[in-house]
Amino acid sequence: MRTLCVLLEKEFRQFLRNPFLPKMVVIFPLMIMFVIPWVTTMDVRHIGVSVVDNDLTTASRRLIQKIDASDYFTLGSVTKDFGSSLTQIEAGDADVIVEIPDGFERSIAAGAPEKVSITANGVNALKGSLGTQYMVQTVMQTLAELRGEEGLPAAADLVVVENRYNPTLEYRNYMIPALMIMLLIMICGFLPALNLVGEKEKGTIEQINVTPVSRLTFTLAKLIPYWIIGLVVLAFVMLIARAVYGLAPAGSVGAIYLAAVLFILTMSGLGVAIANRSETMQQAMFVMFFFVMIFVLMSGLMTPIESMPAWAQWITRFLPPCYFVEIMRSVYLKGSLIAELWTNYALLGVFAALFNTLTAVTYRKQA
Amino acid sequence: MNNDPIISVRELSKRFGSFVAVDRITFDVARGEIFGFLGANGAGKTTAMRMLCGLSYPTSGSGTVAGFDVMRQGEQIKRRIGYMSQRFSLYDDLTVLENIRLYGGIYGLTRREILRRAVTLLDRLQFRREADTLVGSLPLGWKQKLAFSVATLHRPEVVFLDEPTGGVDPVTRRQFWELIYEAAAEGTTVFVTTHYMDEAEYCSRVSIMVDGQVRALGAPAELKRQFAAGSMDEVFRTLARGAKRTE
Repeated sequence: MRTLCVLLEKEFRQFLRNPFLPKMVVIFPLMIMFVIPWVTTMDVRHIGVSVVDNDLTTASRRLIQKIDASDYFTLGSVTKDFGSSLTQIEAGDADVIVEIPDGFERSIAAGAPEKVSITANGVNALKGSLGTQYMVQTVMQTLAELRGEEGLPAAADLVVVENRYNPTLEYRNYMIPALMIMLLIMICGFLPALNLVGEKEKGTIEQINVTPVSRLTFTLAKLIPYWIIGLVVLAFVMLIARAVYGLAPAGSVGAIYLAAVLFILTMSGLGVAIANRSETMQQAMFVMFFFVMIFVLMSGLMTPIESMPAWAQWITRFLPPCYFVEIMRSVYLKGSLIAELWTNYALLGVFAALFNTLTAVTYRKQA
Repeated sequence: MNNDPIISVRELSKRFGSFVAVDRITFDVARGEIFGFLGANGAGKTTAMRMLCGLSYPTSGSGTVAGFDVMRQGEQIKRRIGYMSQRFSLYDDLTVLENIRLYGGIYGLTRREILRRAVTLLDRLQFRREADTLVGSLPLGWKQKLAFSVATLHRPEVVFLDEPTGGVDPVTRRQFWELIYEAAAEGTTVFVTTHYMDEAEYCSRVSIMVDGQVRALGAPAELKRQFAAGSMDEVFRTLARGAKRTE
């Protein structure tokens, strides 16, 4: 116990004396929390629209105004033929073409509207698909209004969509808990690994290996500092999320922290285990990146696991961040309770135990 | 006083794949000796020493250090020895005193005892004013003297020194050997490798390794007689000339 204290004191002194690490631990979360939520938005806005108006009536102008007024669209030009609109798409000035047919207004009055055709540029798949979706909604809405004014019954089959828990479908709210997780992966996975391989490269670990320090004590002395740093960073970014984006956890902070405690142990355990088996910084970093890429891309941080192919979903079950991602989002956005997510907590606990056993086993004082 | 040898090695070998780094070496080191472990670069000295310190498992043969088996009781051995590796391995980003406190704490010395020994140590090295200097900013010779003092802080039964004076100026080298003699006078056995043959003359006994094997073993005076040589330097060159292994 005393040995552990002595070693922890050493780790903290070295950390604080490092010219780079303490700054990095402050600046990195700031960058991630202030910049990334603005740039990783999946909300598509300012979709360029070119309208081909073959009707030239009040009704067609109503539709055009409606498009122009929307935040999602930027009305480029209104042309008379499809060909010149298509040229605009090719030039990159428009993403979506709306063609209003001749006789559009008359057909509404007649009760059987002519078809409005929507053409989208599919090169940017996301922009194209969301653009057509928004456009369909806008056209439907306009049609409903026009029909209402004509005294015709509004179409009964309009779909009503309501998004619970993230009512405005704000992508930022979905991303922020994920960004917090990414931060913890980076800080608590990479830093202990770097630290340990650093000792190998300098040769200081050999001096430790020739002392009676137990493997467990030494490993704990490497893990505990990053555990504490991780929990402090988490508190810090949660405060930023609250102050800057007004996003506070709907559930309890305790539920988040319990999961974070287990998750950080898992990540730093993995980092140290990799470092134990690496001779050089490059080797450790490369292997670490391999895992981090898989964690970031496969654990539902960015894209939902449910939309992955079945075999990939099966793999994700072995990725500890998956369980943490689910806990974070559920607690943050839905206010879920520990009791509802207990399997996730239990599995995180299993991973933490597993990875740290791995760490203790892979560390050899005598080779 | 215990008369058993503090280090006893029988047919100890270490192979890395097909390469035999240490080839069935056998020798004893008595308590209180300054034992010079000589050999050309690549002769297997460091590998042999790492086996004795419990850093590396022998492939075959047996050995005991301070009464404990090198194969199975590495951790018990570690409690009783000090080790100073070829590379400087104190923490550069800790101060002199912090390094002393760290290693004192690791070996389970009390806070008060660490402080007492630190004061003695710093006085002996005339390092008092450098107590709060970062170790990384000390000159090499100072670092080596400090590393030795830290390696013997817990008063080990035997201290292993791997080329402790490599790259050190002659004056500091002299001071370093004074430290070695002081430690030996206090009863610590010293096991030291060196490339300086004048240093070999200071040892009570030396062994010379060639190609992983111990080719000569005895007091410097005996070896000179045996090889009809005027100095240890000549003895060493006679033996090393026959080496097949180069770096």
